[in-house]
Amino acid sequence: MKSTLLAGAAVLLAALPLAAAAGTVTVVTSFPKELTQAYKTAFEKANPTIKLEILNKNTVQGIAYVRELPVGQRPEVFWASAPDAFEVLAGLSLLEPVGDLANKAAPQKVGNYPINNPQGLYLGQALAGYGLMWNTRYLQANKVPVPREWADLTKAAYFGHVAMSSPSRSGTTHLTVETLLQGEGWEKGWRQLLEIAGNSAAVTERSFGVPDGVNNGQFGVGLVIDFFGLAGKYSGFPVEFHYPSVTAVVPANIGLVAGAKNPAEAKKFIAFSVSQEGQQLLLDPKISRLPILPPEQLGGKVPAGYPNAFEIAKRAKVHFDSDLSEARYNVVSALFDQAITFRLKELQAATKAIHDAEAALAKKPNAQGAALVKQARDAAFSPVVGPQMAGDKNFLALFAANKKSADVNKQVTGLEDRWNAAAREQYAKARTLAEQAGALAR
Amino acid sequence: LTALGSVRPGAWLAAALVLAFLLLFLVAPVATVFVAAFADADGTPTLGHVAAFFSQGLMREAFWNSLWVASASAFFASLIAVPLAYLTVRFRFRGALAIQTLGVLPLVMPPFVGAVALQLVFGRSGTVNLLLNEWLGFTVPVMEGLAGVVFVESIHYFPFVLLNLTVALRNIDGAMEEAAQNLGCRGFRLFRRVVFPLALPGFVAGASLVFVKVFDDLGTPLVMGQTNLLAPQAYLRITRVGLEDPLGYVTSVILVLFSVLAMALAARTLKGRDFATLQKGGAGLAKRRLTPWQSVLAYGWIALVLVVTLAPHAGVLLLSFASVWSFSPLPDGYTLAHYETVFRDSAGTIRNTLLYCGIAAGLDVAIGAAIAYLMLRTNLPGRRALDGLATAALAVPGIVLAIGYLRVFQGVTIPGTDTLLTSTWLLIAIAYAVRRLPYALRSCVAALQQLHVSLEEAAESLGATKARTVRRIVLPLMAGGLLAGFVTSFITAAVELSATILLVSADSQAPMSYGIYLYLQSVAGRGPGAALGVLAIAVVAVGTWISHVVVERTQRR
Repeated sequence: MKSTLLAGAAVLLAALPLAAAAGTVTVVTSFPKELTQAYKTAFEKANPTIKLEILNKNTVQGIAYVRELPVGQRPEVFWASAPDAFEVLAGLSLLEPVGDLANKAAPQKVGNYPINNPQGLYLGQALAGYGLMWNTRYLQANKVPVPREWADLTKAAYFGHVAMSSPSRSGTTHLTVETLLQGEGWEKGWRQLLEIAGNSAAVTERSFGVPDGVNNGQFGVGLVIDFFGLAGKYSGFPVEFHYPSVTAVVPANIGLVAGAKNPAEAKKFIAFSVSQEGQQLLLDPKISRLPILPPEQLGGKVPAGYPNAFEIAKRAKVHFDSDLSEARYNVVSALFDQAITFRLKELQAATKAIHDAEAALAKKPNAQGAALVKQARDAAFSPVVGPQMAGDKNFLALFAANKKSADVNKQVTGLEDRWNAAAREQYAKARTLAEQAGALAR
Repeated sequence: LTALGSVRPGAWLAAALVLAFLLLFLVAPVATVFVAAFADADGTPTLGHVAAFFSQGLMREAFWNSLWVASASAFFASLIAVPLAYLTVRFRFRGALAIQTLGVLPLVMPPFVGAVALQLVFGRSGTVNLLLNEWLGFTVPVMEGLAGVVFVESIHYFPFVLLNLTVALRNIDGAMEEAAQNLGCRGFRLFRRVVFPLALPGFVAGASLVFVKVFDDLGTPLVMGQTNLLAPQAYLRITRVGLEDPLGYVTSVILVLFSVLAMALAARTLKGRDFATLQKGGAGLAKRRLTPWQSVLAYGWIALVLVVTLAPHAGVLLLSFASVWSFSPLPDGYTLAHYETVFRDSAGTIRNTLLYCGIAAGLDVAIGAAIAYLMLRTNLPGRRALDGLATAALAVPGIVLAIGYLRVFQGVTIPGTDTLLTSTWLLIAIAYAVRRLPYALRSCVAALQQLHVSLEEAAESLGATKARTVRRIVLPLMAGGLLAGFVTSFITAAVELSATILLVSADSQAPMSYGIYLYLQSVAGRGPGAALGVLAIAVVAVGTWISHVVVERTQRR
């Protein structure tokens, strides 16, 4: 019996190709399956001789994947949301110029952000803003008001109804957090983030966990990149999406990897992705991304009420600075995880105590109680890293240094441990203060 | 010791092949990870990374949380599985076949899909809580916090105990039980004093598997938003800071070490006891009848367990037909569109799963049977080490093994071509084989442990050669265990995700688990993901049922 099994296995092995054949274009991307499948189908139909292979990796893993492959074995195309990722690839000389493939009909800039990389190393392929999505049934059932601005989510009415992801987990969440920090400033931005996080039911591991949870009604409101909310809405879920005034419109990009097997075919795909035909695919309800072409150039295919990225960019308050974002990337991610993701339970408890105390004081005002609540708020919602430190070059350099070195590693992990401990201490203190304040109002 | 002289060349050869496989595909990759955990930037050895790990309060907390969740899950999984196994094997009981097959169903679902589905049923806005809130005005937070993780893990992994215990119970000599009954031993006392102790190898094998699996599990805590456990911390560090992050490797090393420790402890509790019985049980034994009130209790318990166990499957099934399902006890409408999408775009994943898992499970049974035989029937030096080495694979998180592969085989091409080994699917199948080898091995060992050596001695004294004895006596009598090993290996490989994520180098190589994961990564993809999940469950359930029928038939022979 064993020999027949082995023979069967051998036949199967011989019959199946072990790896992608020549003439294929491999695309490393963090984009969801609906989007990649639509492009694969349309592109292969237009170019029957070329086969498109998709490889789904999150942005950080994608960079590591490309970097570790030898020349001649690399995938052809890198396609992802975060502009920072392309800066990293460019810094490693892993990108070939593709400036001549750009669609001439596309505007130069969205807001004041260039759509295509000025050095021609990568092209904008779609546009994205950040905002709030909510489940209308959930809000109605729980009698929660519809939010318009980030600041709304700090209110007591939203306690336990909000969801967000972590910047260390997803490029898009990082962009959202960075947008908020750039729009409100370090101190106020973090304060707001902490207040919103205190109201959160969960910090999801996957960025996709947020829209998914809002779509199916686990969460009421989520902080998301626009196409997550729009795709849910246009796919028929009872959800709505809104751009708050603190938002930024940033292109998602596509680039040609240096040292790939089939650059000529890959260029055809890149050109296709920014062509009118390629841009129209973005309007599919299940994809719902914003094209880099203005609506009048999309052949009348834009559905009524579809957001116009260029209009949003005009009224957006934040002019996204990707250099600043890249410089403090690791600090923002690490701080968020230590103070919020890993200490969420304590932060939630402190926030609940503060909301309770404030409700009690509203009914029965008490000066001493009000002072205590203010102290509690300061304890719970001040970032453990101040603005001076966050701007300090040496401090930032530490986080970019080689972590393989035990000394550097010890310093970084020591810092992270202190943040973690400080956050826990502050939340406990805030909770005690708030409970004292509540007792005074009783 | 006359040992060395009596070890036959065939045994040496088998041992050498097994050892070569394990060294290349388990030891070398894990060693690179260990080196990374203990190397300074310039390559000199250092303990600095380890010190940094233990100085972090978060990491200490994660460690205790992991220990608690794993222990509690093993306990609750046993609570579910032991009555099911005992009732179905030892009593006249309608629907035993259904329970055996249904009991395996949780395993065929990737843990992260199970968690997603359980959210739909038991989550904050799941069916149960929405109805409770509407009728009674309160909700039950079963899916919250670490207790929620224990809930999901117990439901997901109890089949490990069930499968192993069932095989062990079947193999008990019926005479033992009859003797006990003749002496007046009845009911719970009979179970506690005679049956359960004789089946202990199967139970310990299953329960320790549950402990280690939960200790290493990544998908479930992540989907449920619980980060303060060891496996998520290792994963979050490696994917946040990048592959250079030594703390991720230190966490991996600690995960590996503690899982090995748990397995070693389990092995120790069995050491020095004799579980062999002369006859195989099963067919010869008269199944007992339940008294009426025992029946009520038994059916009640089984019904309760089945309802909870099948909740994720029901959730996934509904989701696969749902047009929109949001904040309501049941979907708004039903459609077949998701299945259309899956058959149009993802049919290849089904073929890939069958191929990779078939290869992996075949390898596992061959290697597992070889090791079991070498360990229990020869005096080969270092045979225990071989067992320990293969079992240690269990303690290696998939993500660690995959990183190890990518490092060890970096730039290696398939001989005669310029195709990179790491860009083929061969490594995926091998990773499955290595990761699931311990399951097949446990089944093989348990099967052989219960086979008294006097049967082989009888064959040999009648003139059969060693090879003939193995072929005609040992393997047929082990068949049930081998098949159980193949099935466990196959179906758990079919839901493996953590190594797959890193080793897939093109979507066309994706097996079903990865296909489901991809679909679940998109806003409108839950439906197709669930549809593919239903197909995966169907494929594996059919396989399990066939194997069950085969086991029954071999037993009757």
